[in-house]
Amino acid sequence: MVDHAGHVYLPGELICNLKESEKTSKILVGPGLRQDEESIIVTKCGLLRFKEPNFYWIDSHLKRYVAVKGDPIIGIVAAKAGDVFRLDIGSSDLATLSYLAFEGATKRNRPDVKVGDIVYAKCMVANKDMEPELVCIDSNGRSGGLGVIGRDGGFMFQTSLNLIRKLLSSDCILLKTLGNGMHYECAIGMNGRVWVKAKSVSHTIALCNAISAAEYMSNEQIKAMCKKLTNALAGF
Amino acid sequence: MAGGSGQKGNLSKNVLQMKFMQRSALRIEKEKSEEEQKRVIDDEHWVLDLPETKQKESKFITEPSILRIEDLKFGRFSFNGCNPEIEKMMKAAATEKENARSEAVEKELRVDDEEMAGRYKTLFGTIAKKFAKKRQRSALTEEEEATTTEVKQRVRAFLKPKDD
Repeated sequence: MVDHAGHVYLPGELICNLKESEKTSKILVGPGLRQDEESIIVTKCGLLRFKEPNFYWIDSHLKRYVAVKGDPIIGIVAAKAGDVFRLDIGSSDLATLSYLAFEGATKRNRPDVKVGDIVYAKCMVANKDMEPELVCIDSNGRSGGLGVIGRDGGFMFQTSLNLIRKLLSSDCILLKTLGNGMHYECAIGMNGRVWVKAKSVSHTIALCNAISAAEYMSNEQIKAMCKKLTNALAGF
Repeated sequence: MAGGSGQKGNLSKNVLQMKFMQRSALRIEKEKSEEEQKRVIDDEHWVLDLPETKQKESKFITEPSILRIEDLKFGRFSFNGCNPEIEKMMKAAATEKENARSEAVEKELRVDDEEMAGRYKTLFGTIAKKFAKKRQRSALTEEEEATTTEVKQRVRAFLKPKDD
């Protein structure tokens, strides 16, 4: 068995002898890898990652988002077109969001969404040949944190997709540590957009800077930074 | 027309031979032959005369979302009561995760019933021997052998309930 994990791969390379799960003898291939009959072809350049029991994917530095089914993302309403809204989600094409895909929306009762609004939505259809389709409800018809955000303040900025992944992973303490000393709310979209709202503009700016500075920090460094930040904001 | 084709098939041969029934007779015959032809097509016409090819089961599953692979959290956060609704959601998600983790740990630590039974089965004789006196020991081993064979021999049969 060759250990592939952690090596750099370029698009077009073939990978053989991947480790399969002992129970089901299956291999789960993630983003950056494509199945071609009996072999696996790399489609992105980056490091091959492996996670027990049988997950493989390519980890690369990305800034351009490609829609993936199930991802929660932040979109900006670009147009209203009949019964759908068209949202800019930072990928190659605008995404559509049906006006019925909001909590409590009916044909009579349209949701209050205007051009320029920021919407936190989930990607339902992501196909390479079609435009992505978004929804703002879960399978029970409830919003569950999705919907229009940022009506009453807040600030949205763009980061790399890797930072987003880092922020959402369970071993990153940044948001929690910031939350210890500050009163704030945020929404993180898998398309690289982060929306932050704190009680004042200066707090919001500080939070944005802290988040964008944390991409290559370790947890200890993050702790030190947060301490410094809360002290500075408190006026010490 | 009343009746339908089912009834027409029942007309007798003599009636169908009559001159004024010729048209119907022809039609019935045509229908019959058509039906027969259809059946022939159904059976053989659309079957490829090739050796059976089996679709090989792929050992790869594609998972396009990094969310599920890396087990990422939902991207709405609120701290210190900024948005109570989001905070409630966060708390629910945290407890759910904690429950799942503790359950997994418990599952790993737990000795299941079968394993326990198996362990005790082997220990039974040894422990009994330990508490027995020397004189009884030889008898005990004999007895043990006897009981094991007896258990094997005993066949479970259906016990008929008494009807009184």
